[in-house]
Amino acid sequence: MRASLFITCYNDTLFPETGQAVVRLLERLGVEVEFRPAQTCCGQMHANTGFRGEAFSLAKQFVRLYADAEAVVIPSSSCVAMIREQYPNLLAELGTDSLRREFETLLPRVHELSEFLVDVLQVEDVGAYFPHRVAYHASCHGLRALELGNRPLRLLNHVRGLELAPLDNLDRCCGFGGTFSVKNAEVSSAMLTAKLQDVLATRAEFCTALDNSCLIHLGGALHREYAPIRTIHMAQILASTQDAPAEMV
Amino acid sequence: MNHPILDPRVAPPFPVAALPVLRNPQLRKNVAHATDVIQAKRARLVAEKTDWQALRDSGAAIRDHVLDNLAHYLEQFEERCTAAGGVVHWARDAAEARSIVLNILREEQASEVIKIKTMTSAEIQLNPFLVENGIAPHETDLAEIILQLGQDEPSHIVVPALHVNRSQVRDIFAKTMGLPDLSDDPQALTAAARTYLRKMFLTVPTAISGANFLIAETGSVVVIESEGNGRMCLTLPRTMITLAGIEKVLPRYQDLEVMLQVLARSATGERMNPYTSVWTGVTPGDGPQRFHVVLLDNGRSGILRSSRERQTLRCIRCAACMNACPVYRQTGGHAYGSVYPGPIGAILTPQLMELEYAQSLPYASSLCGACYEVCPVKINIPEILIDLRAAVTDREREEERRFFDPMYVGLRMANKIFASASRFRAAQRLARLALRPFTGKDGWIRSLPGYASRWTMSRDLRGVPRQTFREWWAERDGKAVR
Repeated sequence: MRASLFITCYNDTLFPETGQAVVRLLERLGVEVEFRPAQTCCGQMHANTGFRGEAFSLAKQFVRLYADAEAVVIPSSSCVAMIREQYPNLLAELGTDSLRREFETLLPRVHELSEFLVDVLQVEDVGAYFPHRVAYHASCHGLRALELGNRPLRLLNHVRGLELAPLDNLDRCCGFGGTFSVKNAEVSSAMLTAKLQDVLATRAEFCTALDNSCLIHLGGALHREYAPIRTIHMAQILASTQDAPAEMV
Repeated sequence: MNHPILDPRVAPPFPVAALPVLRNPQLRKNVAHATDVIQAKRARLVAEKTDWQALRDSGAAIRDHVLDNLAHYLEQFEERCTAAGGVVHWARDAAEARSIVLNILREEQASEVIKIKTMTSAEIQLNPFLVENGIAPHETDLAEIILQLGQDEPSHIVVPALHVNRSQVRDIFAKTMGLPDLSDDPQALTAAARTYLRKMFLTVPTAISGANFLIAETGSVVVIESEGNGRMCLTLPRTMITLAGIEKVLPRYQDLEVMLQVLARSATGERMNPYTSVWTGVTPGDGPQRFHVVLLDNGRSGILRSSRERQTLRCIRCAACMNACPVYRQTGGHAYGSVYPGPIGAILTPQLMELEYAQSLPYASSLCGACYEVCPVKINIPEILIDLRAAVTDREREEERRFFDPMYVGLRMANKIFASASRFRAAQRLARLALRPFTGKDGWIRSLPGYASRWTMSRDLRGVPRQTFREWWAERDGKAVR
């Protein structure tokens, strides 16, 4: 199995350790990982802010770049949701028939990380070791758009040493919402405060998710509050072993 | 607090309108508590229906069928309602609807009118218009009374006074009904309201209602409520005027089987709503003897034009979307500047206004999808929000002032950057350099200038790490990065 890693623009720039963890994890599971340096961004920020033409050009770039990939793995549930839910509309309106056909054949090969592990590789025990109390934040896109269900928890339950701390109001948004967080900064901050109370109540050491966009929001607030909880992408937990513990940044 | 403005033409944009609410802890507590309670009730009652998803599918299919054949069903309704003794009026817009209502009231020589369950009347700003013309409108829904007497506005479409708590209700009633010793016991409060209302029901002979549904097959009107005040208001007066949006029609009486099930569970978390009033035209000796229906377009037929946006009009006004919405939970309804708040308001209001007003509403969402998940007629609200954002952007981007708007500058730049990997690499390096002066020793940014301060107002930002992922990969691959 050869997997092409679409790292996403913000992971590439701000969370390289997440990408490194995905590589380490997949290689440990016997997957050959490739990285196509021509990749940039899926276009979600443009689409969600109303810049449809710009979003389309990035969608086209993505489809062309991965047309021949055996599998595309993306450690970001919102970017996968963008591809699955918004590309069809963008391509229907602005694309050509050939591009739409290319996309349709590509789409079944595009996987969010936990989907790739559980559905494609069919592993739940990835051999990870992470001796910490961890709260899992279900990102809205993972929960509702991708319907990841209990895949993330099945993966976490097999991590040795990990103690799962239940998070109240699991289905409530953290208030990030991309440009929403600055366009409606005050409302977004109020939503964040509500989410933060639930996260702090878990008394976990780490808050994890399958999307660093939620975690940049939660992590930023936890840091602002000097809270004793840190955020960590689930790939880093799953990549962590007794010999090579997760890199803490 | 200032008097809330529910007219999209003059309401401030959402982020601004939200501020007074965000600074009002009592109001936020009231809203969060009330929506949490209704949401939990709804979730329990939805869970007991094993065919809930099938019911949603049926609800959506019935509503879609109506919207695809709207002219046919409206004409059928007009024909059957007229045959049963009703008078059907067609109003293209708010002004036309207001003048139709005023003319009827003048014919009736009415100086007062009682009202029940009509959001459409608020949509067309009917109350201030009636007052200007010397007719006193009296709300008779308990929540609407609280708001009218308290000189407030509805903040929710099912529980309009959800932002007001019991002790605030006491204060309003004590002051306006002249009951200084009134307690805040719910029974005492409803007893006070009953005394106030009974007089009106028995003395005011003219009424205005809304409609939950119109039935094309029979020409009937359906009103659903919890208090029984509606039943009084619908049966005691001599003359009844029903205001209904043109999308409210259902083909058959039998369609209520699906609609009443999904509506009660979604709206109030009940298996069945307490009062369902259905009437057909005029029945001699029973109920109002003069009956008018005003069918209101007011921007609705424009929404029908787009095949995707059309689903907006499936809405049956259950408010499940606002109860589930994490944005509404923080802001309540007034911030939406419209009688239709919450996620459905964020898509309905701007479309009714043909995007001339309320352009900030499609952005009043984190696109979390909770609204779509609970919608009993499966309106894909996030998808429509994104469509409307595109429509707003298409309009705005040609405006000169947008040339320097930080959001537009940023997204234009981002698009140029993302178009090529080498430009993206350069931008990553530039970002690292540009942010370095703001980055602390621990690698975190606590404060940013200008537009970016809207992020750092409540959260820190991780600084750009020493090495991007692609640099790490290239190094690992043993290749130099260009």
